[in-house]
Amino acid sequence: MRSGQRRRTTTAAQASATGTTTRERVGGGIGSDAERPDGVPKVQGRFGFSSDAFAEGMLWGRTLRSPHAAARIRSIDTSGAEQLDGVEVVITAADVPGRATFGLEHPDQPVFASDVVRYQGEPVAAVAAVHPEIARRAVEAIAVDYEPLDPLIDAEAAVDADPIHPDGNVVRHIEIVHGTPDEITGSVVVEGTYEIGMQDQAFMGPESGLAIPDGDGGVDLYISTQWLHVDRDQVAACLALEPEQVRLTLSGVGGAFGAREDVSLQVHVCLLALRTGQPVKMVYSREESFFGHVHRHPARMHYRHHADHDGTLVKVEASLWFDGGAYASSSTAVISNACSFAPGPYRVAHAHVRGWAMRTNNPPCGAMRGFGSVQVCMAHEAQMDKLAAALDIDPVELRLSNALRTGDQLITGQRITGVAPVAECIRAAADAPPLDDDRDEPLRFPGGTGRTADRHHVRRGTGVAVGFKNLMYSEGFDDFSTAAVRLEVGADGAPVATVHCAAAEVGQGFVTLAQQIVRTELWAQVVHLHQADTAIGSAGSTSASRQTWMSGGAVQGACDRVRERLLQRVADRRGIDLTGARREVLALRDGEIRHVDDGWSVPLGEALEDGPVEANYEHHHVRTDPFDERGQGDAHVSFVFAAHRAVVDVDPELGLVRVQQLTTGQDVGRALNPRAVIGQIEGGIAQGVGLAVMEEIVLDEGCIANPSFTDYLIPTALDMPVVDATLIEQPEPGAPYGAKGVGEPPTISSTPAVVAAIRDATGLDLRRVPVRPDDIALRRS
Amino acid sequence: MTRHDTLREESVAYGLHINGRDHAVQAGWLGESLLYVLRERLGLPGAKNACEQGECGSCSVLLDGVLVCSCCVLAADAVGSDVRTVEGMGDDGELTDVQQAFLEAGAVQCGFCIPGLIVAVHDLLDRRPDADELSVREAISGNLCRCTGYGRILAAVAAVQRERAGA
Ligand code: FES
Ligand code: FES
Repeated sequence: MRSGQRRRTTTAAQASATGTTTRERVGGGIGSDAERPDGVPKVQGRFGFSSDAFAEGMLWGRTLRSPHAAARIRSIDTSGAEQLDGVEVVITAADVPGRATFGLEHPDQPVFASDVVRYQGEPVAAVAAVHPEIARRAVEAIAVDYEPLDPLIDAEAAVDADPIHPDGNVVRHIEIVHGTPDEITGSVVVEGTYEIGMQDQAFMGPESGLAIPDGDGGVDLYISTQWLHVDRDQVAACLALEPEQVRLTLSGVGGAFGAREDVSLQVHVCLLALRTGQPVKMVYSREESFFGHVHRHPARMHYRHHADHDGTLVKVEASLWFDGGAYASSSTAVISNACSFAPGPYRVAHAHVRGWAMRTNNPPCGAMRGFGSVQVCMAHEAQMDKLAAALDIDPVELRLSNALRTGDQLITGQRITGVAPVAECIRAAADAPPLDDDRDEPLRFPGGTGRTADRHHVRRGTGVAVGFKNLMYSEGFDDFSTAAVRLEVGADGAPVATVHCAAAEVGQGFVTLAQQIVRTELWAQVVHLHQADTAIGSAGSTSASRQTWMSGGAVQGACDRVRERLLQRVADRRGIDLTGARREVLALRDGEIRHVDDGWSVPLGEALEDGPVEANYEHHHVRTDPFDERGQGDAHVSFVFAAHRAVVDVDPELGLVRVQQLTTGQDVGRALNPRAVIGQIEGGIAQGVGLAVMEEIVLDEGCIANPSFTDYLIPTALDMPVVDATLIEQPEPGAPYGAKGVGEPPTISSTPAVVAAIRDATGLDLRRVPVRPDDIALRRS
Repeated sequence: MTRHDTLREESVAYGLHINGRDHAVQAGWLGESLLYVLRERLGLPGAKNACEQGECGSCSVLLDGVLVCSCCVLAADAVGSDVRTVEGMGDDGELTDVQQAFLEAGAVQCGFCIPGLIVAVHDLLDRRPDADELSVREAISGNLCRCTGYGRILAAVAAVQRERAGA
């Protein structure tokens, strides 16, 4: 295999200078390639995903959705569905007992549309029936009389258009003014307008869940989601229940990538279960999945960069138009990120950035891996290449000379206090070994064997791009996490630990990491994971690359307390004083509790004889601030960086592209499970490559033209390039184990690297992703 | 009494032979796919439902030794055939070499595509043990994975090939 990995690690001296404690290794602990605890059931097909959930006598739920992007509802007649044998209940907006709307940040989205529909696919009614086919026929038998309206489909035009929602069309407008942009002009100015199409998360496991009424007015929901507690709160509000009456348990999640942050079927399925008094299961088809979750915001971005002749960036101006579709979802945070990171990871003293997240009748958009940074990275990196060409400076050198470092200020006024190995990332990506390939193999040609390019026409190009984003939530939000750890003696006499944390495992490997942390901290080889549910406090969302830091920190904190209690227990038994400076006289090491001075030790199992030791811990990150009216403030917790180099082959006549190689340098803080990190990097790059050359939800007057895997293409094993990753390990101060989240950076700059490589191969000024064959062959962009 | 008269006239009882055992299907609606019947009627949810239109391979099973998308096969059409699902790979819960290699290579993330890939890779390596990397990529290009970017999956396949060639 040529796919590979190199690690570049700081020396121990550098590491300790940043204040990160290094701990001894324990088998399967931190830093090892520990195996996933859910791996065996997953390869055997025994792992329970949410779509596998089953209850005796369960009904099947199904949603009726609007075929129009904008319409008034004149009437809804459900009698046809109710008359079908096997239909147990039909529900509409009139049946929602509590708050009529839900929403991640603002409850602006109706559980069911009642008077107007604002996007194609908006839920209008739902049914529960004894068989999925009956449910399908029932939904078809509901008669809705619509009066279609002209859809509002352009985000920029939406500013002056009639409001499509009582809250108006501007979901959020942000302005960042940094330095004195009005007074500064660079000697070289480049500008451009860039566009990004709507990308879908396209996780494999469709939205699905099983709701079981508890017979007492409450409900248990088995669901795939990214954040159990925020789902619970929305379900409870809409069903007019107390939060304790809605209990959520995480059911196997088949990928997420942001699409499971928002509620999809949660309220519907619980309401169907409560109305029928029976368990109800809902599983979206792939087509329904395209309508049932938010997508990545399409964007139009106008940029102007100013630089001095020596290549110093002096000013960046940008106007960013993000299309949030019909409802708010997380648009306010997406546009905040886009504005914060608009110039890319470069020092720039002056900036004027204006961002708008708009409401339109397009499908709602919200979270997707990279969250706001993906869009602007495509634009700022195109601008950097333009600038390099205008200045006649090597694009890599231009980036290196402007690269952010620790201590530098962002355009939001915040200084980077953590590590910022931007230059190291760029060098690692740019200097990685070139592709050693066999160009004569037809399967490797652009288009593969189906539409094979003519070998003599194929041109190769190379491009480099850099990106960054924040870790955790920003602007004053306290997205804490909670964990409980119990340590006791197992049946065989060996110590056993149990971890309870509501962090959603969506495939990223938090379950592996939780075990690694406990093994390292408590020397318990056997670590049980309690199911993630709402019986414990919130863990926050599995998004913003935050669970390693936040829930990892919570598990570590709980372990620390367990250890302290255990040491205290031994001290009490032996009459040892552990106060003040004597606190460290006992230590847990190598599976025993040792007296550091006297040399005696007690095996862990013996120390646990008096019963289990348990502790809870709530982990909060440092406080952040909201932005002021100039978009200035210490709004972010930490930053993560990556660079990519892409090598592509293009047939300019046919417009076909094949991405041959992606090299990357990624700032990971510290790789807690290097193999899992590589998995995240390769998977993230796949999504970046997809956005560059094939993935787009095609909209026709607000309606989705390609809601299937037949027409919405994601990379296959044949489309994926060889990936060569270098992990830049410089521990992040304040982060548990010095580790940064690794999931998002691979999707941020991989897309612009591929586009730059296509520009390099073709000489075309490509301003839009995905790059379609016509854009190349017909020079349409 | 059947509660769903709506489908009664379109339903029938039949038997399927799966992983060496006979299973009875009572009053199955004729429109049900093999995937649905495995998952919802017979308690064999290993084959997965990512698209149910033949595009992703997550539902892959062997039908008389031929790799098929079980979402595109009518269950009633599989009467008399030998069906093998991911649950039938490996004896008595033992891991196969392919399953073991997937774990060791770090090929599993969310795992939704994995059962289909396990079946597909077994089929490929039984037919073409020495397939080169490009052929492996082509052979599994009908199995979509959204998490891994395929790198660790390809590493797992290569590891099995090395192991089998050495044995
Ligand atoms: S579920 Fe059968 S091919 Fe996708
Ligand atoms: S591991 Fe998630 S789809 Fe493949």
